[in-house]
Amino acid sequence: MADLRDTINSQKDPDADGSSRSRFTKPGRDGIPALLVKLLFLGIVIGTAIALTPALVGESSWTFLIGIWLITAVLVATYSTGRALPAKYLVPGTLMLALFVVYPIALTAQTSFTNYGDGTRNDKQTTVDRIVGSSVVRSDDSPQYNLTIATDGDPASGPFTYFLVPQDDPETVFEGTPDGLEEGPDGVTLDNGRVTAIDGFTILDIRQVSDAADALDEIAVPTDSGSFIVRDGTSEAFEGAPTLVYDEDADTITDTTSDTVYTAEQQGDREFFVDGEGQRLSDQSWTANVGWRNYERIFTDSRISSSFFGIFVWTVVFATFSVIGTFLLGLFFAIALNDPRVRGQKIYRALLILPYAIPGFISLLLWSSFYNQDFGLINDITGLNVNWFGGATTAKIAVLLTNLWMGFPYMFLVSTGALQAIPDELKEAATIDGASGVQGFRRITLPLLLVTVAPLLVATFAFNFNNFGAIFLLTGGGPFTPDNPSAGGTDILISYTYRLAFGAGGVQIGFAAAVSVVLFVVTGLIAALQFRATRSLEDVN
Amino acid sequence: MTESQQGVAEPGAVLAEPATGRRRRRGGDPAPKVKMGASRWFREIGWRHLVGVIAVIWALFPVSYLVSAALNPLGNVVTSTLVPQTFSLTNFTQLLDEQPFGTWARNSIIVCVVVVFVQLLFSALAAYAFSRFRFKGRRGGLLALLLIQMFPQFLAAVALYLMFTDLGAVIPAIGLDTLAGYILMMCGGSLGQVWLIKGFFDSIPMSLDEAAMIDGASHVQVFFRIILPLVRPILAVCGLLVFVGVIGEFLMASIFLRDSGNKTLATGLYGLIDADRSNNLGVFAAGSIMTAIPVVLLFLYLQRFIVGGITAGGVKG
Repeated sequence: MADLRDTINSQKDPDADGSSRSRFTKPGRDGIPALLVKLLFLGIVIGTAIALTPALVGESSWTFLIGIWLITAVLVATYSTGRALPAKYLVPGTLMLALFVVYPIALTAQTSFTNYGDGTRNDKQTTVDRIVGSSVVRSDDSPQYNLTIATDGDPASGPFTYFLVPQDDPETVFEGTPDGLEEGPDGVTLDNGRVTAIDGFTILDIRQVSDAADALDEIAVPTDSGSFIVRDGTSEAFEGAPTLVYDEDADTITDTTSDTVYTAEQQGDREFFVDGEGQRLSDQSWTANVGWRNYERIFTDSRISSSFFGIFVWTVVFATFSVIGTFLLGLFFAIALNDPRVRGQKIYRALLILPYAIPGFISLLLWSSFYNQDFGLINDITGLNVNWFGGATTAKIAVLLTNLWMGFPYMFLVSTGALQAIPDELKEAATIDGASGVQGFRRITLPLLLVTVAPLLVATFAFNFNNFGAIFLLTGGGPFTPDNPSAGGTDILISYTYRLAFGAGGVQIGFAAAVSVVLFVVTGLIAALQFRATRSLEDVN
Repeated sequence: MTESQQGVAEPGAVLAEPATGRRRRRGGDPAPKVKMGASRWFREIGWRHLVGVIAVIWALFPVSYLVSAALNPLGNVVTSTLVPQTFSLTNFTQLLDEQPFGTWARNSIIVCVVVVFVQLLFSALAAYAFSRFRFKGRRGGLLALLLIQMFPQFLAAVALYLMFTDLGAVIPAIGLDTLAGYILMMCGGSLGQVWLIKGFFDSIPMSLDEAAMIDGASHVQVFFRIILPLVRPILAVCGLLVFVGVIGEFLMASIFLRDSGNKTLATGLYGLIDADRSNNLGVFAAGSIMTAIPVVLLFLYLQRFIVGGITAGGVKG
């Protein structure tokens, strides 16, 4: 009977992987309910894609449009046919991975070739508009507006929208953004020639307006006639003509009052409009491609390279000790408690896992208070009077000790699980063959255990290699010495370079992206080497 | 008491297991009544208690401090001690009355439940493919997975931030500062448990699949009805690991969830302690304990899945 079914299946089933799985028995077919579930699922996917399309076309977000239909195509192709069996199991997770890990990585790599950051967040056209817009001057017949400043985002950072009511026409409302002017927005409450409420927007009060003054000063709303509307205080705005004129073909800005011509020129890692003497017209710059300059900077910037080697070594030491230390401790505890004759085994296990039930940031903040010289728990218990975070060595010890406590329950859990997965027969057989407990452990248990946990150890290493949270919450990278205030005693690569990228001198996202890419490559290389070294273990089973 | 004697005694204890093992493990009953000398007892079992007690002290002293800080009515660093000296629920009432702790907890639970479910399901599905099928790019895929997982999402934080800002402009429901968007982002790691689960799938003999397929089961049925129930213990372990990771996720949440109604326990509590490191310690500790208790209970509940062999029931017969 089984043979017959087998034959029928192999005739009916044109499974692409059939040949490669020929050593298995052919599976049976899914029933009607499974088919219906599948149809329903595919219907929902296609339906969602269709429903979203008009909105995406309306917003001109072509990337998302292509993305959504690509996802739909992949899902339909995978689940509508009987082919490519492994793909059916791999696609859901892989899709998530591609969308929210791989794509952002690609985006990061792309950003790493630009100078994107504070002062260069906009593209060139927007920057030119702003520079030109900021030169708007009032003439005698400038139209005046009653202004309401609102935001659909954060009152401190925007994006800001101007709701304008012409003073000579108090029934009309305009909605103005740096992108342009629109007449008659929806959901607006007009009261006495002034907008007093807008659906979905928060109106800024006077204090918020003054807090956001710098951002607001850059806003010039272009009108159809080529003039701009700029704010005049907190509640009024006027329309005027700019004194600066941008010439697109020559890529120059001319000041019509003095006839000075400003051309785009490279200064440092960004471009500015400058006059003949190199004087900047404005400190505003724009996003531009800078090629490999960010990468060159990582390896040539003397601030970075002077501390790089020491920090790299400490990063490796930190990650290595964190893995080996926690694994040995966790495994030791797991072995000690893995005997069913130990009374209260469950209680021991539950208590040992307790540190793991406490979210990492809580533990880190808690431990960071332990090292306080005067009130800290560590000095209290040991009777020492060490200023733990005062010196680089003691701070490193503190970090390692904390990470040992943080990490051992995970290793204990994994080791316990792996120990229990090893069939008892193997241990029995070893014992019957006369192996001592230690021999049995070394020859049988440990190799089998390592098969399961070796990849986890490599992953833990990589995790700690980039364990920003541990350093950030525990020591903040410190202690710092006066002669090198940018490199702390416990800084690992990621915390150090992120301080450089986001610290003094403004946010440099392009540079930070380059650092991320380098860290990714370094982490990947080290992990690949380790994986190569442990590959023999994988083939044991 | 020599090695060989010990060797003889051992199998006897183990051989008795198939009949009583399961019950005994669950109930945590003591071993079979075999008279043992004190020195042998210490060498075989006693030292395990010694290690256990030391381990528990090492594991719990910070927890004890946390509890003490939570029960300390003054709630600051200076007056907190290792062992609780006072008993006052001031910090707890203060947390519940003055802070939106319930909202944080609700948000965290939503995020955790969804992310744990998705990650377990997707990881198990992929692990099944890697364990049971041989296809082109299998080994490469496994390696690539390992490598990609090494790249913490935090490294791509800026890209993710920009991506979800754009996404929110089109589909506001999953944009920045929404729980759904944050959950989606966290689901990027949904293949995180593949390696662990695959390892356990590999330890389940193929003969089980084949037997089921001869009976006419499809591969989907084999997966859901045969394989998954057998690895329930490791799914429990994995689920717990993911849960703990998600509930403590702080860096991305602090970037993604700014609105106070969207804060999770991690960002909410961090905001508390960050506002005043010294004097908010008690309230912070109270919140930490209320966060940790459900996780501990979850572990205690799941421990019966963790204890016990994985293939024991399925193949031995």
